[in-house]
Amino acid sequence: MHGRKRNAALKPEEEAASASEALELRSLQSQFMSNHHQKIYTKEAIQLSAKLLEINPEAYTAWNYRKLAVEYNLDSADPSLVNSILHKELEVVENALKRNLKSYGAWYHRKWVLSKGHCSSLDKELQLLNKYQKLDDDIKKNLVLRNFHLWNYRRFVVELTKTSEQDELQHTTDMINDNFSNYSAWHNRSVLLSSLIAKKADGFTPKETIRREFDYVHNAIFTEEDDQSGWFYYLWLIDQTVKMETSLRASSWPSDGSTIILSGPGCFNGSYSSSKFTTYCSESGSFPLILYFDQAVSGVSSSTVTIDSELKSNEDLVWEPVPEKNSQVSCVWVARLKFDSTEPVKVKVSLGKSREIVSSTGCNLSTPYEFVFTVHIYDTVGESQEGTVSWTDGFDYLDAQSSKDLNSLMALNQLKADTGFEWRKQAIKIEIEQFRKLPDSKFGKLILAKLLMAEETTISDDDAVKGVHYKEILQLYNDLMALDSWHDQYYKDEYSVALLHKVTSSTEFLSRHLFRYRNMNNIVCLRLNNLTLSRIASVEKLLFVQMLDLSHNKLHSAEGLEALQLLCCLNLSNNRIKSFSALHSLRHLKQLRVLDVSHNHIGGKNLVDTTRYLCSLSFPNSGEIGREVPSKYRDAYLVLRDLMKLKQLDIRGNDLISGEEFSSFVSQVVPTLVWLDGHKLAS
Amino acid sequence: MSSTSSSQMGQLVADKHVRYILMAEKKKESLESVVMDHLRMNGAYWGLTTLDLLDKLGTVSEDEVVSWIMTCQHESGGFAGNTGHDPHILYTLSAVQILALFDKINILDVGKVSSYVAGLQNEDGSFSGDMWGEIDTRFSYIAICCLSLLKCLDKINVEKAVEYIVSCKNLDGGFGCTPGAESHAGQIFCCVGALAITGSLHHVDKDLLGWWLCERQTKTGGLNGRPEKLPDVCYSWWVLSSLIMIDRVHWIDKAKLAKFILDCQDLDNGGISDRPEDAVDIFHTYFGVAGLSLLEYPGVKAIDPAYALPVDVINRIIFTKNDC
Repeated sequence: MHGRKRNAALKPEEEAASASEALELRSLQSQFMSNHHQKIYTKEAIQLSAKLLEINPEAYTAWNYRKLAVEYNLDSADPSLVNSILHKELEVVENALKRNLKSYGAWYHRKWVLSKGHCSSLDKELQLLNKYQKLDDDIKKNLVLRNFHLWNYRRFVVELTKTSEQDELQHTTDMINDNFSNYSAWHNRSVLLSSLIAKKADGFTPKETIRREFDYVHNAIFTEEDDQSGWFYYLWLIDQTVKMETSLRASSWPSDGSTIILSGPGCFNGSYSSSKFTTYCSESGSFPLILYFDQAVSGVSSSTVTIDSELKSNEDLVWEPVPEKNSQVSCVWVARLKFDSTEPVKVKVSLGKSREIVSSTGCNLSTPYEFVFTVHIYDTVGESQEGTVSWTDGFDYLDAQSSKDLNSLMALNQLKADTGFEWRKQAIKIEIEQFRKLPDSKFGKLILAKLLMAEETTISDDDAVKGVHYKEILQLYNDLMALDSWHDQYYKDEYSVALLHKVTSSTEFLSRHLFRYRNMNNIVCLRLNNLTLSRIASVEKLLFVQMLDLSHNKLHSAEGLEALQLLCCLNLSNNRIKSFSALHSLRHLKQLRVLDVSHNHIGGKNLVDTTRYLCSLSFPNSGEIGREVPSKYRDAYLVLRDLMKLKQLDIRGNDLISGEEFSSFVSQVVPTLVWLDGHKLAS
Repeated sequence: MSSTSSSQMGQLVADKHVRYILMAEKKKESLESVVMDHLRMNGAYWGLTTLDLLDKLGTVSEDEVVSWIMTCQHESGGFAGNTGHDPHILYTLSAVQILALFDKINILDVGKVSSYVAGLQNEDGSFSGDMWGEIDTRFSYIAICCLSLLKCLDKINVEKAVEYIVSCKNLDGGFGCTPGAESHAGQIFCCVGALAITGSLHHVDKDLLGWWLCERQTKTGGLNGRPEKLPDVCYSWWVLSSLIMIDRVHWIDKAKLAKFILDCQDLDNGGISDRPEDAVDIFHTYFGVAGLSLLEYPGVKAIDPAYALPVDVINRIIFTKNDC
């Protein structure tokens, strides 16, 4: 099926030869089928199946037949004949493999035979594999070097013979030294090393191993620049260097040392002044407690997170993962604390004492994570305001650079500089020096950008050099967009990530984007509009944000925004959003009052939905959606019905959703809605 | 990115492909056909789905196809690749998929078929292909896809199935056929598809895998299945659908890929090959057309990236109530 040339029509002699071959094969198949269905396992019948498999190793029923024949004959055979019966099978497999080295049926049959406990040929198996992998013929060699059946079979034999991982590691070294371009060998190497490191084998500490491997892979990537195998391996090494293998990082809202002021519904009226970062408008006297982990974790519950305060009625707090309710695994966890005191109250939250909060890769918090904050109520007069929110005027620059509150809000639980950490920083530094010497190339620039990003993560927030690399990183991604234009959207996404890391790396950078919105009692608004952002990042630094302007960017999805649980006003207008399913993250923003998705591309025809499966509600039981929801509005329904506080929605300038029909649909689904497209709805 | 414009890059000779498929179906005694006799069920799925994507499913005899399919069913409930062959999970899925195209799943004894598939799950969550025990993540995908179409997913231990798939995740973000096996686009499609159908895509490192996948695009515009290998039209499906399911398809150059697929057509006789100027076959014809569907090529119906069936077929099945 692969790699055959398109021929002109066959000549008559060729046609005839082909036709007679077909007839022969057909006859062979018929005879075989007859033997199989009548369960005939004589020597002749078995030989017939061998002949069939030699011509056509893909005839899977013949392999099944042979297994039945083996079992039948083993039953009645003399113990001395067992070896020869099984040996014959191995011979048949070898013949089949000569025909097609990639035959699943042949390889599995071999495994099945060996699993019967035919031990004597096990040692020969590894030798056989080595023989395959040392073929001189170039074409055969290429066929074999990357043959994953061979590598899988090798792993199978290694396990049966209990060959050591160190020996297998040496084998990958031999293969790579022979030919750097062997992704399969590099892959195997990474699997073996991960295992040796995890087992804490002698000579395989992370520090020694990573240093050795960096030196080893330099040979490959500096001599054969175009070959990808070494580059992928190198990126894995960077990852291993930067990740503290077993440790999670966490951040929270409220943050450590902060004071939260809860205001009643009238909080957006009036103009009392207090720190705008920490005022939270709560109609019910409760507020969310948000935990963010850098990896998705399970195990967050009232028994693993202890709350120490004078607030009553907060026993058995329910912690919910955002967004995946079904899976109980998430980066973001939320609980609601009830506030029922007239006096300010100190709250201490601790987690990590038990090891139960854990990621799917087994990481947990290396030291207990604690934060303390104070809460008090500020009584406000009146009902919540009725006017619309405008995104274009009413904003004043907020000079927040030296704000203590802002500082504490942005502090991520820092990695303590323990002994395990210094060598990692050093290793990255050495690699950066190496890569600066390289001539310009796609992989060279990409790796350098990733190394610089990695170094940035090792610099703590209060270090003066924090943020120094971003200018260079952004330039590298710009260079890459030109150098490798086919992947320019990838580099644009990476650029957006780097830009957001930069913006959130210090209060100096972040404060340039912070404004006060006069008409909502000077609520703090983060304005990230017109930044060519194609994706969202650094949300763990922005958990405090209540009003966010992301308009006039290039976002095609709201992925990432689900972490911003305090968000009440969001502007996504003038982006590249093509469907409501791309906005599925917004379902989780229960505080949303104001949403602007105008001037996007929602509802174009014949769209391939690239976010359908990322939304866990993509296939609800038909009971969940009433039949009265038109199928074209299904996605909109799934997003909007959860926004129980939405008062203002703007959807102008989108294909699907203009006109009366959608307007009346929306007012049914969102009963709290007061303003649609700038007009007040009839109540 | 603007949708592909057929005037700029050659055309899809849809009618020729339809004719090619219909003729191939009739050539049962050619050498090529006899050699592939055992996987006729797969071939039928590829051919018929292509016809449906080109809106020509009506050109075949539904009754003939359906009655032939039923002759391939074994007493165990599983389906064989052709009449007389042994049952296997591979052909069971294809059979169910073909019946889905014709909206004839109701002729099945759903309980029996689903029990056959569910019975192939092992204790560690993996799936065997048949009673002989070969394990591969392809079979995990097949079981999950098949049972989901039959609305019987609760007959298996979904959590364990997902766990096993996740254990096959590699350090480059990709997936292999068994734990420790090298990442390969075909296996990646199977694992990502299975995770998609079970709502478990949060286990995928979308950025890491997305980048590995987008680097499959070669200078020809076509996609390969692993680093340093040749491009092949079938990867237009496996790589592309994976990218779509994790929302990273914008990381490849879609127009260049569409052009590559169109260049693989046999403009005279119909059919699509693995690479330009190679021999055509049904397998690559299907993947080429399916790939163009995912690239929003005009005149091709939308295909679901996880189930590999037209979207209207999936919507019809998923939004009706018949439970197992």
